[in-house]
Amino acid sequence: MVSLSPSPDRIPPAVVTPEQIETGHSLWHDAWSRLRKNKLAVFGGVTLIILGLLCGIGPFFTQSYQTQNLDLGATPPSAAHWLGTDTLGRDLFSRILFGGRISILVGLVATFVALAIGVTYGAVSGFFGGKLDAFMMRIVDIMYALPFTIFVILLMVFFGRNIFLLFFAIGAVEWLTMARIVRGQIMTIKKMEYIEAARALGLGKRRIIFRHMIPNILGPIIVYTTLTIPAVMLLEAFLSFLGLGVQPPMSSWGVLIKDGAEKMEEFWWLLVFPGGVFSLTLFSLNFLGDGLRDALDVRSSKD
Amino acid sequence: MLRFTFRRLLQIIPVLWIIITATFFMIRFVPGGPFTAEKAVTPEILRNLEAHYGLDKPLYRQYFDYMGSLLRGDLGPSFKYPNRTVNEIIGDKLPTSLELGFISLAVALVLGITLGTLAAVKRNTWLDYVCSSSAMIGICVPTFVLGPLFVLTFAIHFQWLNASGWYGPSDRILPCLTLGCVYAAYIARLTRGGMLEVLNQDYIRTARAKGAGELRVVFKHAMRGGLLPVISFLGPGIAGILTGSFVIETIFQIPGLGREFVNSAFNRDYTLVLGTVILYATLIVVLNLVVDIVQIWLNPKLKFE
Repeated sequence: MVSLSPSPDRIPPAVVTPEQIETGHSLWHDAWSRLRKNKLAVFGGVTLIILGLLCGIGPFFTQSYQTQNLDLGATPPSAAHWLGTDTLGRDLFSRILFGGRISILVGLVATFVALAIGVTYGAVSGFFGGKLDAFMMRIVDIMYALPFTIFVILLMVFFGRNIFLLFFAIGAVEWLTMARIVRGQIMTIKKMEYIEAARALGLGKRRIIFRHMIPNILGPIIVYTTLTIPAVMLLEAFLSFLGLGVQPPMSSWGVLIKDGAEKMEEFWWLLVFPGGVFSLTLFSLNFLGDGLRDALDVRSSKD
Repeated sequence: MLRFTFRRLLQIIPVLWIIITATFFMIRFVPGGPFTAEKAVTPEILRNLEAHYGLDKPLYRQYFDYMGSLLRGDLGPSFKYPNRTVNEIIGDKLPTSLELGFISLAVALVLGITLGTLAAVKRNTWLDYVCSSSAMIGICVPTFVLGPLFVLTFAIHFQWLNASGWYGPSDRILPCLTLGCVYAAYIARLTRGGMLEVLNQDYIRTARAKGAGELRVVFKHAMRGGLLPVISFLGPGIAGILTGSFVIETIFQIPGLGREFVNSAFNRDYTLVLGTVILYATLIVVLNLVVDIVQIWLNPKLKFE
């Protein structure tokens, strides 16, 4: 505390010794500064925040996405309707924001399902090793070879097009890669001394896995979560495009693209804007994921 | 090598059995049968229909009957198309889907490997940036956006090509390009990564030191190792192209098996759904095996893992 500035509105700096400054660069700090230098990743992150805010709070301020104006019909972009209106006279901009809510929600929830299954499965397999590991990974190998999209289609057709089923059906398909990555990471840190120490303290296996190991492999988990979200959103849109995903009156970007593709001959904006926003979102997520991978220095190999 | 192939072949059998059994019971346990969707039929007719298709027997009998005829290669009659068997329908529609799939795969490989190799050889030049960013665009613009956009541009605006249909050779261009582009993008990224890794290795330097020309170094020496990631991607890639064809066939109104599958699922045409799933599953599992074998043949290191 050499020169404490007297201005009262500033919080005085905490006592910092030189040692603390040197050790202050944690892994996360390093990663953050590396990430900030990656222009594409920053672009992706900023775009996602803007899109998230727009979809999250935008619908409270725009015209209702359901308000129909049959006299108006489909109009091209104008001052009153920035992105035009659809054949029922509904404002496309608010429909995109509202559809975005559902698409993002599906993306996040289904990714969370995939994350929960994948991390647990991979951690158990990697931690116990031996025959159990060989068996569990064999199952993953076999499942990789299965036509899962077909199963999701069957599930959606037969068990009604329920949005909760959609979350789980997609989540149940996308966990495989996560399981492989987590297993590989767990195998590498299993023999480390701090795990040995935790064992010596007599901690239970569950506690060791979830309190000591998983926090230490958060880097790869975060990276692959970021890369799973676009895959999940793509699958949702794929199903909605086939008429099997989100059902009216709800809408998602996939539904909007489907509607737009049907009417594009006369009304191009109904296809171009939803398709553009959806692609932009996928772009941003992929750029951010790639940037995080470089920043956190996660090897791109899958084992 | 032979033992490995044999072992993997044996593994296919239980996998396919599980798929078939799971699908069979899944579609039997869902509410609504193939005859409920239509205009109400009298109970007598319904009973007759069920008796005709063997649906009145206990479930386990139906299952064993089905498995028995499956072993003889008979997929049974269709419930929705009277007087047509599933074999006939598949035989009718599959060639179209296969043609679509193979041309798309060829497009993806040629385009992807060319772009990826160019990007790797001219690393960090404008050419690399152009190739890499167009690959990123290809990955992020899904087929069901790209396809309609192609139609909008080339069929509706310029009127160079037909918007839909599957008649002349020119009708192949847009669907195959749409389906191939996404996988071309993945392949380009993998090729670039693989080639970059290989091009830094000692044996490439040796080849250059011997005085081999740049073309020879790239195509003869580097490509064999550099394309390994592409080969391992082919398994999931082929599966993706097969399922991707559902959307492509819908967009371009192509009379293929993919569209038939989606329709049959909507119509609850049990036997047709089951037959198509079995066919797709077999195709995917077998092609994955082929990819695995090719991979080990090209990279003997994998054999010991």
